[in-house]
Amino acid sequence: MATTITMPQLGETVTEGTVAQWLKSVGDSVDKYEDFVEVSTDKVNAGVPSPVTGTIRELLVKEGETVATGTPIAVIDEVGAAVAAAPAASAAPAAATVEEKPQKAPSSNGAPASSAAESEDYESALRGASPAVRRLAREHRVDIRTLRGSGSNGRVTAGDVLAASRRGGPAAPVAPQTVAPGSSRTSTYAQPLPGTTVQLTQARRIIAERMVESVHTAPHAWSMVEVDVTEVWAWRTREKDRFERETGYKLTLLPFFIRAVVEALAAFPLMNARFVAQSGSTPASIYVNEDVNIGIAIGLATNLVVPVIRGADKLSIKGLAIKGGELIEKARKNKLGVDDLAGGTFTVNNNGANGSYASAPIINAGQAGIVTMEAVVKKLVVRDDDSIAIRRMMNACLSLDHRVVDGYVASGFLAELKRRLERMGPQGEL
Amino acid sequence: MAVVSSTSSTVMNNVEAVRATLYEAMKNDERTVILGEDVGARGNVFLITKDFIGEFGERRVIDTPIAEASIVGIAIGMAMEGLRPIAEIQFADFIYPSYNQIVGEAAKTRYRSNGEYTCPLVIRTPYGGGVRGALSHSVCIEALFYHVPGLKIVAPAFPDDVKGLLNAAIDDPDPVLFLEHKKTYRLIKGEVPDGHYTIPLGKARVRKEGTQLSVVSYGLYLHWALDAAQRLESEGLSVEVIDLRSIRPMDKTAILNSVEKTRKLLVIHEDNKFGGIGAEISAMVAEEALFHLDAPIRRLAAPDVPAMGYALPLEEEYLSSPEEMADTMREMVQF
Repeated sequence: MATTITMPQLGETVTEGTVAQWLKSVGDSVDKYEDFVEVSTDKVNAGVPSPVTGTIRELLVKEGETVATGTPIAVIDEVGAAVAAAPAASAAPAAATVEEKPQKAPSSNGAPASSAAESEDYESALRGASPAVRRLAREHRVDIRTLRGSGSNGRVTAGDVLAASRRGGPAAPVAPQTVAPGSSRTSTYAQPLPGTTVQLTQARRIIAERMVESVHTAPHAWSMVEVDVTEVWAWRTREKDRFERETGYKLTLLPFFIRAVVEALAAFPLMNARFVAQSGSTPASIYVNEDVNIGIAIGLATNLVVPVIRGADKLSIKGLAIKGGELIEKARKNKLGVDDLAGGTFTVNNNGANGSYASAPIINAGQAGIVTMEAVVKKLVVRDDDSIAIRRMMNACLSLDHRVVDGYVASGFLAELKRRLERMGPQGEL
Repeated sequence: MAVVSSTSSTVMNNVEAVRATLYEAMKNDERTVILGEDVGARGNVFLITKDFIGEFGERRVIDTPIAEASIVGIAIGMAMEGLRPIAEIQFADFIYPSYNQIVGEAAKTRYRSNGEYTCPLVIRTPYGGGVRGALSHSVCIEALFYHVPGLKIVAPAFPDDVKGLLNAAIDDPDPVLFLEHKKTYRLIKGEVPDGHYTIPLGKARVRKEGTQLSVVSYGLYLHWALDAAQRLESEGLSVEVIDLRSIRPMDKTAILNSVEKTRKLLVIHEDNKFGGIGAEISAMVAEEALFHLDAPIRRLAAPDVPAMGYALPLEEEYLSSPEEMADTMREMVQF
């Protein structure tokens, strides 16, 4: 029996997904729960497990193609069912006993699926889309190739996009196309070969867009303070073995830093805000966030992810360490969900773990600032009483959206951060 | 309207509104001076200033020679020295000799003198076609002056706007080119509030609200556009019609608000399409609201020919019509 697999919905607000990579080819066997395709959305990459054990019969979507959730992407011949259906005496291969045609894609209103010829119309609809249609489709996450246009010559109008958005999805799914999986492997980001082009993954493309957006819209200013972290270091050194034994997570310096950051944010709420650009007749404004959701930047081989510790101001250092540990583990296994990635209000980057001494980070678009914690190094320090001491010193660097805050607030925030970090430890409750 | 001192109103046509406003200005402010060809003894070719010379005298109602550069040049001097001259160019077609005075002198007075002198001058002139006026009594001149900073250009379509905007132009400390569409002079009637009031320069007015297409126009064509939009209303199509009223300063906010609502823009004017007012409005909307546009911007304007012919078929060919406007609007709504 043939099972049609559809594009899964990878988050509450996600309406489409891109087939990033087929992990199986036509004819390959696949076990139930085994990932057979990697799907990316603008928020997350995820493997999709097969719901059945069987053989891949058809892959309906090309790598790199984006389709609406619910659109058929593959057909798998189920092993158990196929065997059961075959005559006992027959030696024919399982696949030969399957009679069903691949199911056509039903549209949401039950109408038959579109023909290939119509799919060309969809492509031309995309090319003829007006700026308003493109913007609204992006904002409402509607794939305009899946819409039937009500305008002249079937053009998709702005009204069509809004209507589809109100219906909660595209009017009709994309016509399925049978395609062979890509056989020629070119250079990849993880293994770049000189003289080849690396196709952007969805995640890479989104990173590129967000970075450009942030740098172009938010005027960045930068500042740095040097922090004496000797006491925090001692505290963490004393606690780390026990912590790992009890929780299974490593105790890094990150949760201490985050704790100091959220305390400093409480003193300077404007650092936990976002600039809201002018829209039509609504003048520009600054929204001061109520929640304190700290994004933690995690570098992976192929991309950067910034999962979010929600309500970070309500967590102890221990709570931050556990939550952070969970997110880092999920990130490394590529298991972050949309909800892990959304809603950040400020970002902390523990850049020093890689040995960096100072850095000028780019603000995560829609936030007012980002702090990097740099490498902790031993230094000779002249203290207030003119004594000379060997201390563990660290630079904390801040990039700020100068539309939201000026140097006065930013410096105050950094000074507060420094003060709080220096007062942490060497003892206390985590 | 900025100031309305009375709630009563009087029905008048556009030419009566001009006459009444000029009369009040002469009556209320002794600095007001009217000068131009035939404005005195003849009382203006449309009888706008009939009998003014008898009431206000030859020193304030001045018949000039047929010398437009002098009319404007003299008026500039009067304005700089404290009078409130209202110069008349008998037909807009005759304004060319005074171009240097208007563009080279009046528009630059404040800038050149670093604000020490201003030029509170109004230049009134009838413009536009559709009256079998042939080559030299039909032109639209707004685009020729549109490019010039320091100059305001006003082109009201309705009598209440004529009065409020002419009062504002007279009050304005800088030169204002006040364009009166001659075909609307007696064609268009409306309620005009009694008493003195002004309408701010640079403010458009939505004359008909709609949701599917924004039409921006002014002058005679504004009335035709309203006519066309009403016809479409009976077909169930909703068109918004904006009367620009002031051509410069341009009311960007009114245009953008409307386009962001309807997502489509049609600019209609009687002046030539190439390099016309519609070109500037289109460029502005493309720059500021591209991602609100759901259709290409369109312009309906005069063809690229040197002038309106005298023969009726030539005049009709040159001019648009409510029918053509309705057809274009329908295409755009259904696009």
